[in-house]
Amino acid sequence: MNNLHGVYIIWYRDILRFWRDRARMFTSMAMPVLYLVIFGTGIASAFKGADFDYIQFMYPGIISMVVVLGSIMSGITVVFDREFGFLKEVLVAPISRPAVAIGKAMGGATIASAQGIMMLVFIPFADVEISVASGFMMVGLMIVLSLSLTSMGLLIASRIRSMEAFQAVMQLLMFPLIFISPVMFPVETLPSWLGTMIKINPVSYGVDAIRQAVLGVEASAPFGIELFGYRMPIMLDVAVMATFGIIMLSLAIRSFRIQE
Amino acid sequence: MQEIIQVEHIVKKFGGLVAVDDVSFGVKEGEIFGFLGPNGAGKTTTINILCTLMKPTRGKVILNGYDVVLQSNQVRRSVGLVFQEPSLDIKLTALQNLQFHTGVYSVPRALAKKRIRKVLKMVDLWDRRNEAVQTYSGGMRRRLEIGRGLLHYPRVLFLDEPTLGLDPQTRTHIWDYILDLRKRLNITVFLTTHYMDEANVADRIAIIDHGKIIALDTPSALKRMVGGDVITLQTDNPEAAVTELKEKHSIEAKIDSEGIHFEVPNGEKFIPALVREFKSGLQGVSLRRPTLDDVFIKLTGREIREGGGGEAAFKRAWAQRQASGSRGFH
Repeated sequence: MNNLHGVYIIWYRDILRFWRDRARMFTSMAMPVLYLVIFGTGIASAFKGADFDYIQFMYPGIISMVVVLGSIMSGITVVFDREFGFLKEVLVAPISRPAVAIGKAMGGATIASAQGIMMLVFIPFADVEISVASGFMMVGLMIVLSLSLTSMGLLIASRIRSMEAFQAVMQLLMFPLIFISPVMFPVETLPSWLGTMIKINPVSYGVDAIRQAVLGVEASAPFGIELFGYRMPIMLDVAVMATFGIIMLSLAIRSFRIQE
Repeated sequence: MQEIIQVEHIVKKFGGLVAVDDVSFGVKEGEIFGFLGPNGAGKTTTINILCTLMKPTRGKVILNGYDVVLQSNQVRRSVGLVFQEPSLDIKLTALQNLQFHTGVYSVPRALAKKRIRKVLKMVDLWDRRNEAVQTYSGGMRRRLEIGRGLLHYPRVLFLDEPTLGLDPQTRTHIWDYILDLRKRLNITVFLTTHYMDEANVADRIAIIDHGKIIALDTPSALKRMVGGDVITLQTDNPEAAVTELKEKHSIEAKIDSEGIHFEVPNGEKFIPALVREFKSGLQGVSLRRPTLDDVFIKLTGREIREGGGGEAAFKRAWAQRQASGSRGFH
């Protein structure tokens, strides 16, 4: 009970802090939005004759990109807290390390999912139709995706001492996580070396699931990920993300513990 | 009096470096216990062990009846901490910082509200409670941290260099609060400092150097170890003066940049006799009562201090306060 309350307090502080500084939300969304509007329009008009609409294809990918960026960057709050000393106040408090890590992961995931949800204002631009049911499905998928990636962000942040180092690691990591995935292009026509790399990237399963929720399973079938010759349904994508997230979270908790 | 902290043979190694080397002591309930030593002597490492932020390599600590390694959650509940480095969330307001604290220490909501109000008034920040901490001065932040450390009614309040880097007026101000709180809440205060004047407020002081406790007693008993008054001479020829002191008065004097130092039991009587017969070109004589600095020099042959300017300024500010009749150190 006590730990549950601890999780809530840690989560609440992150939300409070974010809310006081909410302009930040838009700066981290600017890039993906530019991709969608500029890059999407450019590619779409270059391949006018194709049998699918590129912006429709790209849109769920961009939503995932916003969630991924927001999730991983949330780790910076840990580095920030360390630099400004607040982490000590947290670590000497009588709440368990798992409660701290889970609270942090939930805080980051809430913010990243909120950013993803805000991307729904581009529905008319992408010209897709989303039913209420698949809307809820999307939000659920964003939460799973963001929880697993905030955990990864936490793990990295728990090991890093300076803001500069964290930024550098993020730059290094962000590109492959986002571009070696089905965010921008379909998977099945790719050469096998790239296809394999995409299948290793956990983000791919989030993109795949969100794309299925937006475009429907039927329509997206040719773009989906196949694992061992089996087309991944949403639930299996979720299972992959959840497994990855639980591993990352356990490692992050362990990492916080070791620091005493 | 009962001992609220018992430290038994703790050792802390960082790789090959021994930061704390077989330290044992006890802290009595309700006392102000001072930990004095130069930077890097092992003060902060010891505090970190006592408040569960670090595990000792060896040894055992019992705090408020709980083992710091095996029952860390109970120990954390029993202690309040004011760190050497600031640990506030500067983006949040004072009120929000305190609410976070009562939250993680699970102080019931209604009680928390009352205590936060009380603490904010006590540290004179009630009027600015809704401003972000980043707009606060260093002294205000420190007061807020001290107030925060008391919110969950800890049995032991750890103050790790609580006034480091603050101006003299603020330091005296903060000490007024701490002494007042201790009286009202009967908490034990564990203090580390390298300001000698601050160490004087302690009921007992442990002097720590190179990870070992080299003396532990009341400030006045420690000062008695020095052996009387400290006399400083300025002369034309220090070496000759040292020889002369040795031959005529059998005194072992030490030379440093400020002159020749030695201790005698009754300084006022000794000086006239000394001056009358002194041959080695005497330029100046000064006498003072021993300080904890002298104790440290006596024990280690070195000075504790660093960045001494603050010290002198602190003394001046104190003298002014004493003169204007406000409450002083005991």
